[in-house]
Amino acid sequence: MDHRITPVTAGLAAFLVRRLLTALVFVLIVSSSALVLARLAPGDAATGSSLQTSQTQLDATRARLHLDRPVAWQLADWFGGLARLDLGRSSLYDQPVTGLLRERAPRTAALASVALAIAAAVALPLGMVTGAKPRGLVARLVTPISLALVSCPPLIGALALLWLALSTHWLPATTGSLAVPALALALPLAATMERLQSQAIADALAAPDLLAAAARGIPPTRLVWVHAMRQSLRPVLGIFGIVIGSVFSGSLAVEWVTSWPGLGRLMYDAVINRDVFLVTGCAFVGAALIALGNLIADLARAVVDPRVQEGL
Amino acid sequence: MSPVRARVTPLACLVVLAIVAPALAPERPTEQFADRTYAPPMRVHVRDASGWRAPFAYPQVLEDRVMRRYGEDRTRPMPISWFTNGRAASIPADGGPLLLLGADSLGRDILSRLLVGMGRSLGVALAGALGGLVLGALVGGWAGSRGGRVDHALMLVADFILVLPGAYVVLVLRGTLPLTLSPAAVFALLAGLFAVSSWPHVARGVRAIVATERARDYAEAARASGAGSARLMWHLLPAAGGFLLVEVVLLVPALLVAEATVSFLGLGFPEATPSWGTMLQEAHNVTMMAEAPWMLAPALAILLVVFALQATSGARAQNLVAAISSRS
Repeated sequence: MDHRITPVTAGLAAFLVRRLLTALVFVLIVSSSALVLARLAPGDAATGSSLQTSQTQLDATRARLHLDRPVAWQLADWFGGLARLDLGRSSLYDQPVTGLLRERAPRTAALASVALAIAAAVALPLGMVTGAKPRGLVARLVTPISLALVSCPPLIGALALLWLALSTHWLPATTGSLAVPALALALPLAATMERLQSQAIADALAAPDLLAAAARGIPPTRLVWVHAMRQSLRPVLGIFGIVIGSVFSGSLAVEWVTSWPGLGRLMYDAVINRDVFLVTGCAFVGAALIALGNLIADLARAVVDPRVQEGL
Repeated sequence: MSPVRARVTPLACLVVLAIVAPALAPERPTEQFADRTYAPPMRVHVRDASGWRAPFAYPQVLEDRVMRRYGEDRTRPMPISWFTNGRAASIPADGGPLLLLGADSLGRDILSRLLVGMGRSLGVALAGALGGLVLGALVGGWAGSRGGRVDHALMLVADFILVLPGAYVVLVLRGTLPLTLSPAAVFALLAGLFAVSSWPHVARGVRAIVATERARDYAEAARASGAGSARLMWHLLPAAGGFLLVEVVLLVPALLVAEATVSFLGLGFPEATPSWGTMLQEAHNVTMMAEAPWMLAPALAILLVVFALQATSGARAQNLVAAISSRS
């Protein structure tokens, strides 16, 4: 067995455990804050959802939904349920929260991952080319488009793409089609990644070690696509953690515009109707997805750059 | 021009424009014109059969109520008069309303609503950004000048909020507050929510600057002459001034989009109160989007403002990272 591998893997394992614990704490804090906020909101599921007016009926509904208990009790109850993978019952849909989440969360996750995949697949190779040849034809074409799209908000992008789809039929505009929502999320993301990759490649090529490599007679193509690319991985992977939150954030508006049945609409309905457990459940799954995304990004960074393991 | 001033000037111009804009509105933003539901933008003509003329328009006539087809009454050219009766542009009263950007589902003039709503949308974004700046500068300044455990704890909180998706944070906070409020209350509430969701990014930057400054000689001198943490922070914060000015240019477009998103979801200003977000809310009607694309005018307006502000902030790699993480 190679004696050099063991300490690295052990370091990585310890790093992974630390990050997992942080992620767990993050998810629990987010869910309990959501529960407390939803519980403290004026009005509750009993007054919000039905026409019943008599005080006894209201009290009966509150007792059924445990809304007459203190917040602390409810929080403890929710944590108890979590241990049995029971996230409570939605008062709005009158069914278990886990079932609703199992239906909706994968759709948001799918939307976000498809957007990320499209963006990475288009932007990273383009960024390599524009970074290696900043005055080339590709760079002249791509750079202005990227700079314009970097600040295109997903809400506006989704409206524009939907309008384009409706008036030209170049894209499917039907509900349930992934094209419009995924593209709306991917466009600003791709533009950002292209700019970053381009910058990272340009920086790597200007560094003394690659200058020396070029002087040794390594062909330019190999210099860019092997040597510079390896160095550009670190800054680009570094941005992934930040990007995940912004993709998630953008998905709320995009899901709304394109009627994509994901977590966004579910959470909105839950908040408006004071459905405490559904709000908490959505926050729980959303936080878990973000934590998972960050964990993958951190792990990738740690593999590429061992210094990360010590820093975090 | 200094780079910082070059970045802030466009924002200042926009603010002036937003203050002047309501006075330029050709019609009253709340007036519902009969028979103008989803009326298309009126064309401004400068030429008729006899040759070139001063700009004029033909009155709009409803040709088919069911199909919402509109035509021009070619027999009655109406000269456009500029800056008369307190309106920037108008046609004589018997020509009906001047709808340069068309009308919405209630027959209201979109251009007027756009001009009046600009102040509200930009105002709430600016108020939120300034609130976020003040909060962020105080927290970041305090963390940076104190250092140690306080610093660590405050930055942990900032990082925690930074990871959360901004749109959802605003959705939950706004949704758990009373849903129907007066426009003034909504303004204050949204500005407050935007400040709360945008301070961590500012605080991170300020903290980094202040922490570097703390090692400098003048900070040492201040400490030696007995300055406490608050006094020291007061000395160190000006070093972050340039950063804060740049940050406001990044935050305003992000929060402008946030206002649009929140109002779009029906959690912002009441429907009758024109803001770019409430106008967009109406535009999102899939069947009308293809037929009345002029309803998307506020989306274009938002995009123009965002581009104008971001183009001047010089899109370098580090700015990009800042732009994404402050985008909600």
